[in-house]
Amino acid sequence: MRPAFSVLFLTTLIGVGQGLLVALVTAQFFLVIGADGAGETGGFYALGSVLALILLGLGLLASFFHLANPGRAWRSAAKWRTSWLSREVILIPAVCGLAFLYALVHWLGWSPVLLVFDNGKALDLPMALGFAAAGASLALFVCTGMIYACVRFVRQWASAWTVVNYLMMGLASGFTLAAAYAALSGSALRDFLTVAALALTLLAMATRLYQVRRNGRVRLKSTLKTAIGSHHPQIRQISQGFMGQSFNTTEFFTPGAAETIRGLTLFFTLAGFVVPAILLAASLGGDYGLLMVAAALCQYAGLLAERWVFFAAGNHVQNLYYQARA
Amino acid sequence: MSKVQLALVIDLNVCVGCHACVTSCKEWNSSGWAGPMTDENPYGADPSGVFFNRVQTYECGTYPETETIHFPKSCLHCVEPPCVPVCPTGASYKREEDGIVLVDYDKCIGCKYCSWSCPYGAREFDPVQGVMKKCTLCVDRIYDKTLAEDRRKPACVLACPPGARLFGDVNDPASEASRAIRDNGGFQLMPEWGTNPANHYLPRRKTSMTLHHDELVRVDNPLKIEGELPRPSFNAPSIDDLSSW
Amino acid sequence: MRDPASIPDSELGRTEVKTTTCYMCACRCGIKVHLRDGEVRYIEGNSDHPLNRGVLCAKGASGIMKQYSPARLTRPLKRKDGAERGANQFEAITWDEAFATLAERLGRIRATDPKKFALFTGRDQMQALTGMFAKQFGTPNYAAHGGFCSVNMAAGMIYTIGGSFWEFGGPDLERAKLFVMIGTAEDHHSNPMKRDLGRFKRGGGRFIAVNPVRTGYAAIADEWVPIRPGTDGALLLALIHEIIELGLFDRDFLTRYTNAAELVNQDEASDEFGLFVRDPDVPVRPDTFETPDKLWWDRHGDKATIARVAGTDGRLMGSYILPDGTPVKPSFQLLKERVKDYTPDWAEGITGIPAATIRRLAHEMGVTARDQKIELPIAWTDCWGTEHDKVTGNPVAFHAMRGLAAHSNGFHAIRALAILMTLLGTIDRPGGFRHKAPFPRPIPPCPKPPKGPQAIKAGEPLTGTPLGWPADPDDLSVDANGEAIRLDKGFSWEFPLSVHGLMHNAITNAWRGDPYPIDTMMLFMANMAWNSTMNTSEVRKMLTDKDESGEYKIPFLVVCDAFQSETVAFADLVLPDTSYLERHDVMSILDRPISEFDGPVDSVRVPILPPMGESKPFQDVVIELGTRLKLPGFTRKDGSRKFRDYPDFIVNFETEPGSGIGFLSGWRGKAGEKFLVGEPNPNQWDMYARNNNHYHHEMPRSYQYMRNWNKGYLDWAYRHRLVRYTDPIIPHVYSEVLQKFRLAAEGKWRGKQPPERLRERVRTFFDPLPFYYSPLEWGKSDGTSFPLTALTQRPMAMYHSWDSQNAWLRQIHTSNVLFVHPKVGATANFDDGAWVWVESPWGKIKCQARFTEALEPGTVWTWNAIGKASGAWALDADANESRQGFLLNHLIAEELPDMVAGRPVSNSDPVTGQAAWYDLKVRVTPCQPGEAEESWPQFPPIGPVPGQAIGFKSKVRAFFAGRKA
Ligand SMILES: Nc1nc2c(c(=O)[nH]1)N[C@H]1C(S)=C(S)[C@@H](COP(=O)(O)OP(=O)(O)OC[C@H]3O[C@@H](n4cnc5c(=O)[nH]c(N)nc54)[C@H](O)[C@@H]3O)O[C@H]1N2
Ligand SMILES: Nc1nc2c(c(=O)[nH]1)N[C@H]1C(S)=C(S)[C@@H](COP(=O)(O)OP(=O)(O)OC[C@H]3O[C@@H](n4cnc5c(=O)[nH]c(N)nc54)[C@H](O)[C@@H]3O)O[C@H]1N2
Ligand code: SF4
Ligand code: SF4
Ligand code: SF4
Ligand code: SF4
Ligand code: SF4
Ligand SMILES: [Mo]
Repeated sequence: MRPAFSVLFLTTLIGVGQGLLVALVTAQFFLVIGADGAGETGGFYALGSVLALILLGLGLLASFFHLANPGRAWRSAAKWRTSWLSREVILIPAVCGLAFLYALVHWLGWSPVLLVFDNGKALDLPMALGFAAAGASLALFVCTGMIYACVRFVRQWASAWTVVNYLMMGLASGFTLAAAYAALSGSALRDFLTVAALALTLLAMATRLYQVRRNGRVRLKSTLKTAIGSHHPQIRQISQGFMGQSFNTTEFFTPGAAETIRGLTLFFTLAGFVVPAILLAASLGGDYGLLMVAAALCQYAGLLAERWVFFAAGNHVQNLYYQARA
Repeated sequence: MSKVQLALVIDLNVCVGCHACVTSCKEWNSSGWAGPMTDENPYGADPSGVFFNRVQTYECGTYPETETIHFPKSCLHCVEPPCVPVCPTGASYKREEDGIVLVDYDKCIGCKYCSWSCPYGAREFDPVQGVMKKCTLCVDRIYDKTLAEDRRKPACVLACPPGARLFGDVNDPASEASRAIRDNGGFQLMPEWGTNPANHYLPRRKTSMTLHHDELVRVDNPLKIEGELPRPSFNAPSIDDLSSW
Repeated sequence: MRDPASIPDSELGRTEVKTTTCYMCACRCGIKVHLRDGEVRYIEGNSDHPLNRGVLCAKGASGIMKQYSPARLTRPLKRKDGAERGANQFEAITWDEAFATLAERLGRIRATDPKKFALFTGRDQMQALTGMFAKQFGTPNYAAHGGFCSVNMAAGMIYTIGGSFWEFGGPDLERAKLFVMIGTAEDHHSNPMKRDLGRFKRGGGRFIAVNPVRTGYAAIADEWVPIRPGTDGALLLALIHEIIELGLFDRDFLTRYTNAAELVNQDEASDEFGLFVRDPDVPVRPDTFETPDKLWWDRHGDKATIARVAGTDGRLMGSYILPDGTPVKPSFQLLKERVKDYTPDWAEGITGIPAATIRRLAHEMGVTARDQKIELPIAWTDCWGTEHDKVTGNPVAFHAMRGLAAHSNGFHAIRALAILMTLLGTIDRPGGFRHKAPFPRPIPPCPKPPKGPQAIKAGEPLTGTPLGWPADPDDLSVDANGEAIRLDKGFSWEFPLSVHGLMHNAITNAWRGDPYPIDTMMLFMANMAWNSTMNTSEVRKMLTDKDESGEYKIPFLVVCDAFQSETVAFADLVLPDTSYLERHDVMSILDRPISEFDGPVDSVRVPILPPMGESKPFQDVVIELGTRLKLPGFTRKDGSRKFRDYPDFIVNFETEPGSGIGFLSGWRGKAGEKFLVGEPNPNQWDMYARNNNHYHHEMPRSYQYMRNWNKGYLDWAYRHRLVRYTDPIIPHVYSEVLQKFRLAAEGKWRGKQPPERLRERVRTFFDPLPFYYSPLEWGKSDGTSFPLTALTQRPMAMYHSWDSQNAWLRQIHTSNVLFVHPKVGATANFDDGAWVWVESPWGKIKCQARFTEALEPGTVWTWNAIGKASGAWALDADANESRQGFLLNHLIAEELPDMVAGRPVSNSDPVTGQAAWYDLKVRVTPCQPGEAEESWPQFPPIGPVPGQAIGFKSKVRAFFAGRKA
């Protein structure tokens, strides 16, 4: 499949944004249930959440470039019962809205208690909104992942691993960014977030590389035999029926994909996972804010490449019909 | 499932790969309801264009046992169209009344998602209108009462010189299309996906001739009139020259 | 969104539907053009037209993009003062200036030496008009595309059975059971052939395709018989061998209706050797072409009698002595002896087809013809007065085209095919071959070419028609020394039966001044600087070559085209033609009508749009020129204008004053009450237009079959002036016509004789019976250096060079590749998709190779005429057509060196002058790493000429009739 830059930016940017949100909420929760006494200012969460909002917004902006008729984008929420795309379209503003509210209440320092638990801990409004935002983000990961995972005709995509990877890479990049943010703002959450980012990065690497391996083995379920209904053992296409270009050749093929994929897979493994992991590990316990910003940027670059590979490696069944220009 | 399911039945046994269906489709739909069908770089390097129907060529086997198959393909109007439920806007829909799968250009946002969910590569994106397009089964012809009844058929069907394209209701067992499918081993493309395409294809069917030796000799062979004997002649040596029982 | 089902398209805008005739190719289907707000919106097949009955091909359905092509020429142009020819530098001029220039120049030529004007026309359908113009002008240098197209097919069959495939007749697939198609990719009868083939296959008929390549029609054949190119003659002769050997021929048919039983003089010493023996006591009308005085050997009386005398039965075989001592043999016996050694095993070695397959094919043909006889309850009477109560037929049909024709041994191969069809008894009978009016014609047809230099006189029309059908050596167009008088050397001893001329040599000959230099060459609808010329790169140089004095060797070049072709760039004067939707045209019975098996049909084209810009129908140009030059056919005695314009000409022209014969056969007579013959009818065009632009005369059923010998039909045809005589048209299994040329070569003919250097050539190739020889070009290269045969095929979706401008069609074939068998790649060490050099003894080209298993491994092929010169046809300079596409023609020699007495001779069939396109031998080698992946040769890009509607050339074209999106 041809990687469209709009989609690469959309999925990676909102991935980081969602991850960042989840990281903030997790961190807040960690502070609530964990380390007594230690705390963070509302401003920290508010600013972090605004950062996530910006990323989500940029992602959304990118997505408009993907639509040929963005003016009608509102229509795309119509089919939430059947279309993961609709669901994503509904969830993105939901996540944004929740992130906004989350930031707002933190900013305003407005934290009425909503629930008090038996152990004395209380659920206040910011935390509750945080849970909602994190929940929505996680659901959005599932939607985004499912958009691709449910495309049965691209075997490289059609598996639970697509969802897992969208989730893992979003979280990893979001946590890395959160850790950098915490380090820069001198937050106490720095080490917690760094460790979590490190763990998530390594986990994401594991699941992603597993998918790379798996994709190396998947075979198309269809063959030329079923494509044209001939029982002959040897079938070749001589002509796809046209020698110009068409939507079917531009949208579903990536020129020079094979070599680029090989190179970029190595690149994203290093830039997306290995290097950030080293940088994160190296900055553990110290005040290396810039190093961690570098980790986050490097990881983002790596994940952009990863997304490119994700698309380019997707071999659509329809491609069987478009093999020969003559 | 709709009661009526209109479809094309394409007879690979007589398709000569002439592309008449390709351009007649383009022509009808270009300035019709489904148009335009944009061409980019129409006179430059690597032109690119919207076509609802393509005729491809495949080869089976090796010389001299080679078969060449011309293979027209347009949207198959699947009974279970995977392209429809994924459309976020509802622009892609399957008509209740006749099973035609259509795109409502006024709703389509051009996200191209439906095209990813078509295993047959049958959808085409129009960069000018920014909407997804595809074969409409010439829905704007087949019900047009101002046309003579025998011309209320898809443009490609009307054009096809050898008559390799039949059009009809595949749910009506008495239709010409259904009969052709039943009688000639009609098949669907990629049945493994459960899309249940409404369009069917008819396979190659060969006529052969069996000859018996006697037919080459025959009593009324003109060589006898000319005073010659047909080969092998009746009095050529045989075992009767040697054995007796 | 507008509901597609309830608001029909026809209710939008101002819509109209007009009918006319398609001319995206020469098939000439009836079309209905839908206009919306005056712009073409949709073109569909006309269901009420006999030719296509509603269907349409890929080209026909793309007419919109031809009509609105940016390559359209819209203004008369002249080469800019000071600009070199070929530099494509033009300035727009007025029609007045164009006509004045032409009239002055041509007038001067006509008054001095009319043969210095040469008119050649390509894929047109108005040869009756252009031929008449040339005749009136007085020049013999006229030809249409037939010589480089398929003249072998026309000549080979017309000289044998009085009719041919192509537009002149065809297979009766409605009734055939077995259909054998040889060397046909698409042919002129595009839509009808496909329609019939579809019906035939669905009806369970058996379809066999003989072709080195399996595409198109051959793809759906029940059996594909791959054959080595150029060897069909061997296959056909072996089939004849097997059919004779097994007695699978139709004896009744042969004896009664052909010359198979007629006795041939076998006295080698006699000047009559090889001619039919004749009884001098039988009275013979002087104007007859089929004399009734020939003899056969009566089986019952065991003696020679006049052939076909009631109660006798001629023998087909044996060797006899006439009472006067002359040894004779029935011509069938000579055929039998001829094919004796042409066994299937022999043919296997030449054709590559297993002998067993050849035998089986012969058996299938013979047994189907014999055992599946058709009987129709139609009574008819033959020329000898015998009444028949039925028409019978043998359901084996054939069709063949340029795969047979475009070889230098094609004439004899086609003769062999016609003889095979005759042996099987399938001539003009149900289920076999059927004629189309005005065929069958006498063998050979009556028109004769000019017989010598005396036919050309300053200021006078030519004596004879520029093209014709020689019946014996005396009909040749040669001077007292036996040398050519035509520029293309047609009807000379080099190519005596070149009945369509040799356009493919016109430019080379004119450039060399051999046989003489000319002054003005006019090309109409022929892309002679590109795809319809051989040796293209060199011919392009000849067009711009100058002599010592700095004058162009071809002084003045006029091109009439509708589009910016490669040839336009070389013109001194460009005349912009209209498109087929903008003009009147006739598909005339005087030319090549669209007749059906059941009777004559002719048709017209009527304008449905105004001419674009200042384009003008070439027909009108011809009439205007003829008038200005005061040619007798176009002016009254007092020199005044006779015809207002072309439509007026068509209605009022008569072959002779009062003859009642004109271009259109329908609705003649003052009120349209007559057909074929009758006074001019002023409303004729309207009557055609009202009848879906055609006139179809269905003959009585009893006239529809056996027309070569059908008394009723021949009388009818005579009365309606389709034929000059009512003599039966007896198929020439044995060709006395050819034998007469051989006799001349042997010095035994009292009339014209070939120059010494050509005697051997004529003797060899004018064999009265078909024989097999390898294509002449093969003798000019060694098979090891150039092991592969290179062919082109017609793509069904493109017409020669002219559809690359078509935004839709060019997307189907925007460039071409060379198809090769994987073995070729394995041997030369290249992969599928590699760029390769293809070399012939005459030149080389670079192109991309693709592997295929659907071809005879010794063959390579490509689609014809896809490659374009950079910038022509309003395409961008870097369009795929010019950067990746290629033209095979650069590799094909237009003359073969050292053919006769050390001199070059046209690369053509030695009998007919048919261009031998498919004799080409090549080798294929991979490009070196680093060589550009671009086709070669490349030519400097040319740009648009004044008047080209380049505004259309946007980067995005979303055609939407009546409103440009
Ligand atoms: N290698 C190879 N070469 C071949 C052949 C082959 O098989 N292989 N085939 C040969 C054969 S059989 C033929 S017939 C020739 C054909 O070759 P040509 O006779 O040259 O035919 P085209 O290239 O179709 O068109 C000639 C010109 O007609 C112009 N034209 C189109 N429509 C109109 C019109 O309405 N009016 C006017 N005035 N001009 C118009 C086009 O613009 C074009 O320039 O090619 C021959 N060349
Ligand atoms: N679409 C379309 N239709 C056309 C034209 C066009 O350009 N496009 N051109 C028109 C013109 S001008 C003409 S003359 C006709 C020509 O019509 P065709 O005769 O059908 O044209 P070709 O493409 O020359 O086809 C020749 C066929 O013969 C095969 N062949 C070549 N050599 C041999 C041989 O030695 N033996 C055998 N058995 N087969 C051989 C080739 O593989 C090819 O399939 O088509 C007309 N119709
Ligand atoms: S062929 Fe493709 S576009 Fe057409 S209905 Fe089926 S899935 Fe949808
Ligand atoms: S491109 Fe249009 S039709 Fe296709 S899924 Fe998107 S909105 Fe639906
Ligand atoms: S049915 Fe209509 S839209 Fe579909 S392929 Fe045929 S012509 Fe095109
Ligand atoms: S028009 Fe008919 S014969 Fe021609 S390619 Fe299409 S289906 Fe085949
Ligand atoms: S065969 Fe096609 S291009 Fe030729 S006249 Fe008929 S419709 Fe037109
Ligand atoms: Mo031709």
